Amino acid sequence: MENITENRLNNQEDNSGNEPILVLKEVSVSYAPGKKAVDNVSADIYPNTITAIMGPSGCGKSTLLRAINRMHDLYPNIVTSGDIYLKGKNIMKMNPMEVRRMAGMVFQTPNPFPTMSIYDNVLAGYRLNGIKLKKNEKDEIVRKSLTAVALWDEVKDVMNRRGSFLSGGQQQRLCIARALALKPEVLLMDEPTSALDPVSTNKIEELLLELKKNFTILIVTHNMSQAARISDNSMFMYLGDLVEYAPTKQMFTKPKNKKTEEYLTGIFG
Amino acid sequence: MKDKDRDKMMWSNIKKRSAKDKIVFGAICFFSFLSMIPLFLIIWEVVSKGYKNFNWRLFTQVAPSSMDALIAKMSGEPIPGGILNGITGTFLIVGLAVLFTVPLGLFVGIYLSEHRDNKFAQTVSYLTDLLQGMPSIVIGIIAYIWVVKPLGSYSALAGSVALTIMMLPMVVRSTEETLKMLPHSLKEAGLALGASYTDVIFKVMVPSGFGGIFTGILLAVSRVMGETAPLMLTALGASVVNWNILEPTAAIPLLIWDFYNDPNLVDIIWSASLLLLIVIFLLNWLAKIVARKWKI
Ligand SMILES: Nc1ncnc2c1ncn2[C@@H]1O[C@H](COP(=O)(O)OP(=O)(O)OP(=O)(O)O)[C@@H](O)[C@H]1O
Ligand SMILES: [Mg+2]
Repeated sequence: MENITENRLNNQEDNSGNEPILVLKEVSVSYAPGKKAVDNVSADIYPNTITAIMGPSGCGKSTLLRAINRMHDLYPNIVTSGDIYLKGKNIMKMNPMEVRRMAGMVFQTPNPFPTMSIYDNVLAGYRLNGIKLKKNEKDEIVRKSLTAVALWDEVKDVMNRRGSFLSGGQQQRLCIARALALKPEVLLMDEPTSALDPVSTNKIEELLLELKKNFTILIVTHNMSQAARISDNSMFMYLGDLVEYAPTKQMFTKPKNKKTEEYLTGIFG
Repeated sequence: MKDKDRDKMMWSNIKKRSAKDKIVFGAICFFSFLSMIPLFLIIWEVVSKGYKNFNWRLFTQVAPSSMDALIAKMSGEPIPGGILNGITGTFLIVGLAVLFTVPLGLFVGIYLSEHRDNKFAQTVSYLTDLLQGMPSIVIGIIAYIWVVKPLGSYSALAGSVALTIMMLPMVVRSTEETLKMLPHSLKEAGLALGASYTDVIFKVMVPSGFGGIFTGILLAVSRVMGETAPLMLTALGASVVNWNILEPTAAIPLLIWDFYNDPNLVDIIWSASLLLLIVIFLLNWLAKIVARKWKI
């Protein structure tokens, strides 16, 4: 328990009285025996916040993120330990498919399903899970999800075109809409803008600030100014350890840890 | 060395090199053309000799008997009859083979692409290569032993078993290669939405690879379409249109072989060949279109 209180945010003004929506308890992940890519990470994440996960390449950011939607279960060699509570439920004890519906994921490169129309891409979560919907329910979900990602006006007349017909930035917003359509508890994003141009990046950042009102977002980013612009709290990871976890403002102005400071000032990374 | 000398040398070198490039390029063009000559000769031969009998009768009447052909020949009339029994037979045998091959090939291809590091999968992959290199006559003998002997009769079924064995490695390979080329992120995207592994494979991966998989099937069909040896030992041939899969059945290549061996019928060999050639070209052309259209 000590570990958790230690990692609890020291600046509690935004979160006072709030229950964390996501609790990581001593989470470790190893790809090969004896080598931990994520080492004993504990942290509380509060609802309606954006948490940026930063750190040099290979420090375990993606690995940590993928532990939260049980993506590691797909590969038998990967061993995950510790507990992760999402809305009070221990996801390590749940069916991974159920977990993944609660924790939406957006990947680095936009990956809409190439054979599906824009409309079907948004509904892919329902279609793949065999959930039958009425036509008006479908229309409603598609309209709401695409509106949420500010794509509705751009695509409402080309709903039947393939998803891959859109630009990179539009594709990524479509992928976010696809994740949102399932109404997840948290949205996990692994460098979602690193393959996009500055204009599209800007659009997605604005979008995340808007989505924060209804969702909780964890975003891995290499872009420090992006973290500064949009995140409430930041995690700094180094060699699998969660070195520092604090409100972004505080971390960027007076980091507690020497390594964090070195990273943020560009001495390494 | 002075700069000027060096420049001069470089220039002459570049000239020499571009001359060499031209010679090599010319040679490539020449040899490419040379290798096309047999193809053009075949097409010319088949078309020029086959077009005369390439008419409605070819598709509506069964193969004539040697006697009828002889009578027609003596009275100076064109050879009667067509190859309807061969067309329906080929359709039946190849259709049945596709029905067997597609599900089997799809499953094995999926298995191989999903378990690349698995020892058993690697063995299966190796055996698939071996099967692909197996002489068709040997496959015909196997189908004879497996199907004709136990059932006590030559049959379309036996023929399609032989063709299935021939098509299987091609369909397995094309399915495997197509699925392997799909980005890994596609599968993860499906799974990240909470879908089951099976649903992701059949609702995301296979549809995404449809172009490649379908092209593979078309090419496999066009490869076995003209196979003769394995059918001689299995389907045998028939002088009537037969739709019973348990009875001997004709096929276009079998008829061509029969015509070739009969001096009275040898003339319609060409129109039958022309039809086979057209179908195979169409299949290849369709495969190209599908591959282009479904490219992702
Ligand atoms: N599939 C894998 N198999 C074995 N080791 C892996 C695998 N994926 C990652 N690793 C190792 O785990 C460690 C953490 O990798 P991870 O991908 O989480 O880093 P990251 O912080 O996301 O890096 P980046 O910023 O480059 O994306 C690295 O040392 C990496 O080499
Ligand atoms: Mg990463």
